[in-house]
Amino acid sequence: MAEAQPVLARPTSRRREFRRRLRASLGPWLYIAPAGLVMLVITLFPQLFQVWMAFTDFRIKHLRFNLFNPDTWAQFAPPFVGLANFYKILTNQLAIENYDFWRILAFNLTWTVTNVFFHVVLGVAIALALNSKGLLGRRVYRALFVLPWALPGYITALTWKNMYDPRFGAINQLIAIVNNWLGTNFPTDTRWMDVAQPPIGGPLSFLPLAFYCVLLANIWLGWPFMTVVATGALQAIPEELYEAASIDGASGWQKFWKITAPLIRPAMVPAIMLGTIWTFNQFNVIYFISGGGPFGRTEILVTQAFKLVYEQRLYGVAAAFSIVVFFILLIITLINNRVTRATEAYYV
Amino acid sequence: MFKIKRKEILRQVALQLFLLAVTAFVLFPILWIFSLALDPRNIDKPLELRLIPPGASLNSFRKILTEPFRLLCKDPSNVSTCMTFPRLLGNSLLVSLGTSVIAVILGASAAYAFSRFQFIGRQAGMLGFIVLIMLPASATLAPLYVLLTQVKVGTEPLRATLPGLMIAYGSGALPFAIWNLKGYFDTVPRELEEAAIIDGANQFQVFYRIIIPLSTPALAVTILFSFMSGWTEFILAWTFLENPSRFTLAMALRAMQGQFATPWSDFAALSILMSIPVVAIFFGLQRFIVSGLSMGAVKG
Repeated sequence: MAEAQPVLARPTSRRREFRRRLRASLGPWLYIAPAGLVMLVITLFPQLFQVWMAFTDFRIKHLRFNLFNPDTWAQFAPPFVGLANFYKILTNQLAIENYDFWRILAFNLTWTVTNVFFHVVLGVAIALALNSKGLLGRRVYRALFVLPWALPGYITALTWKNMYDPRFGAINQLIAIVNNWLGTNFPTDTRWMDVAQPPIGGPLSFLPLAFYCVLLANIWLGWPFMTVVATGALQAIPEELYEAASIDGASGWQKFWKITAPLIRPAMVPAIMLGTIWTFNQFNVIYFISGGGPFGRTEILVTQAFKLVYEQRLYGVAAAFSIVVFFILLIITLINNRVTRATEAYYV
Repeated sequence: MFKIKRKEILRQVALQLFLLAVTAFVLFPILWIFSLALDPRNIDKPLELRLIPPGASLNSFRKILTEPFRLLCKDPSNVSTCMTFPRLLGNSLLVSLGTSVIAVILGASAAYAFSRFQFIGRQAGMLGFIVLIMLPASATLAPLYVLLTQVKVGTEPLRATLPGLMIAYGSGALPFAIWNLKGYFDTVPRELEEAAIIDGANQFQVFYRIIIPLSTPALAVTILFSFMSGWTEFILAWTFLENPSRFTLAMALRAMQGQFATPWSDFAALSILMSIPVVAIFFGLQRFIVSGLSMGAVKG
């Protein structure tokens, strides 16, 4: 009898333990409730609605469908089409010009990787330069270098678009000035956004000239964020580490790879994770500068989704498209989260 | 001694050359937009690369600041119903500040729970907030429109009011706010809270007497970023707002682009005027920005 008791007591104590934990979870959830409620209503509800739309042939005439008004249900409910939207998206059966899902995805990934690479390399290099001892004009540089980040992205995107204008844009005029100074003969009437011939052939021939242009614009926009993050991390590295390394005869290069790189890594990894999502969905630069051209070859997934809604008015397809994009980003983020463990509590 | 000094000078020169090249790269587009704004001809593009174009004037700035926007009128035949710069600015400020307040208050509260407690659903909740921003919002505009139309403020739908916009933008700004603040709260030593609790403070007092004051940099960054998202958004605003008297600066800028020919000088002038407050806040908060982004605080 005395032996059996613990066996019997186990399930109840486990349940009691669960109840205790549930009660203890109530307090934290009260703190989360206001934010949670807003997100639930304003973000989650439309997203769930979007998930439902993805399985229907929702078009402009169904916009009068109102979930809160039963009178509209019978008349305006869109027809259920199952997975047809997803099937059409992935097998390129949408009646849109220059549409090829896998090409867009490949381009989107190339776009993200190249951008984040340049952002990090430039960002860290500039942070190192700004952080070096005895630098003259440090404060001025710091103030100036935050400008690309501080300016509203939509405004800078339109400014770059204007600069790439083939006839009177700043870029072609700059080339003319260089030609004047150096006696060179570069063309000054390049149609940056329209040239179909890829500047680099071979395996990179899927990237038109416009890609390098939007890349340059987005590098301009993106590196200051990485510099700011890297600066914060660099300032936290104790000077003694470098002094000790110098005494041991370490070269500058060795100091960078053995001290600086590992110590700024914890700060850079989450910044890269955020930067990856931002760049993957960088709507402003692509939409306003290249518009996805020439022939849709600089289109990324979010600009394509936007066009599905605002140009084609294919709401159902656009909803399915958003879900596809979501799963791609989810995979990227889960991998990132695995690497950074960013959701771990600091105190356990 | 001499050799060390020469090496030092060489290093300084190399650094300066590198940083000056970066400066040129950074300033080029900014100087370009200034030169566009000064160009009196209001043509689409100046004919030569000059910082001060021939006949430069501040006319575009005067026009933007004082004249009514003829594209944004309640009644297009009556100029007095058109929006002016001060009124657009007022709306923009209201929306942006409202967005910041929503994001920072709700965000700090949620971030505190995520940072300080172990509870059921913590990991899932944390991931849930970031997952929501990964779903592109392209097709959610229609359901959000319907939803916010259902809620009535007086006789009007919430959707067509500025508070409606604030809530929508605030919701968009929350995930970043929560993640950034959580990362920063993680770095505030727990001993401080324990000491306060021994002194008789309750959980909520700990939160707003200790965590909040010690997290000024992260709060400043969160306010800045949510302010900026409200300041520049125009797609949602165009779809939701009906009455031009509620239109914002970002919408006015967008309206200029929508014409057959963009009045580039006016566009450039408005761009600059819109950028000034944001850049000013950025500079004002610069010392917080480095420390307030919690990237450095996240333990790898």
